Amino acid sequence: MNTKKEFMKIGGKTFASRLIVGTGKYKSFDETRQAIEISGAEMVTVAVRRIELDKNKDSILNHLDPKRYTFLPNTAGCYSVKDAVMTCELAREAGLGDIVKVEVIGDEKTLFPDNEATLEASKLLVKDGFHVLPYCTDDVVLCKKLEDIGCAAVMPLAAPIGSGLGIRNPYNIKLILQAVTVPVIIDAGVGTASDASYAMELGVAGILMNTAIAAAKDPLKMAHAMKLAVECGRMAYEAGRIPKKLYASASSPLDGLIEM
Amino acid sequence: MKLTINGEDREILQSRNLADLARELDIQAPNFAMALNKQVIPRANYAATQIRENDQVEIVHAVGGGV
Repeated sequence: MNTKKEFMKIGGKTFASRLIVGTGKYKSFDETRQAIEISGAEMVTVAVRRIELDKNKDSILNHLDPKRYTFLPNTAGCYSVKDAVMTCELAREAGLGDIVKVEVIGDEKTLFPDNEATLEASKLLVKDGFHVLPYCTDDVVLCKKLEDIGCAAVMPLAAPIGSGLGIRNPYNIKLILQAVTVPVIIDAGVGTASDASYAMELGVAGILMNTAIAAAKDPLKMAHAMKLAVECGRMAYEAGRIPKKLYASASSPLDGLIEM
Repeated sequence: MKLTINGEDREILQSRNLADLARELDIQAPNFAMALNKQVIPRANYAATQIRENDQVEIVHAVGGGV
């Protein structure tokens, strides 16, 4: 058995875990920390928001060791190129690094990205020296354009953010995998472990998820399930699944059958 | 001096630059960033960046968030 582990490489960094997790929707900072530890993730997303001046001074970053995790600030909630670019600039000045998850939302109800604005924001940010990971729809042409302008990865959604619908269009994900050479990371839509495993079996480099873990009945157990599912799916991809066939193919020898 | 900080009008007593302002507001977040009148200010320039009456200041930090 080939036991060589292939690592995920993004923005000049190498990650042993192919699971990227969000830090939103948990009941407490302590639960966030525990779930992330259990998930084995080494890259975690954070949002950038105004400080509430007269409120509790605690911060999520007091609970996550920056030596252990690479932070992936996102532009969640941005509806314009300008806001997304400024959010990334603020994140960098805040010391959150220069690997950024760019999302420019185009529709409030579905939280689908505005692909045109995402492309434009990504272009500006790449020029400004960021390693850009854009959240986008599962569109081959768009992903190729994002790669062409220098994005470090492409992050097509599997289903709407927080929907838990799973991999709605595996064929598009496969086409994207053939069309680009940068890492393809599934971003959003995973609901349970089998979704994660299935995505990894398709050959994606990694998966980014938040709600599937944080909103599970037992987030810590789900964090563990997702860790195993991502490892399992990746291992199956590397092992190479058998081709699908319409008819049966016996696994027992046909010779030596008894004749009555 | 009156400033608009994170969208709220606030009276500032002593600060004359962004570094002073962060101290006066008791910003304790381990990672925060500031913008002055919609321009992101590099961290190294906080002390050298003067603030004036009616300036708009944004002070942000990392919060839990995901996809």
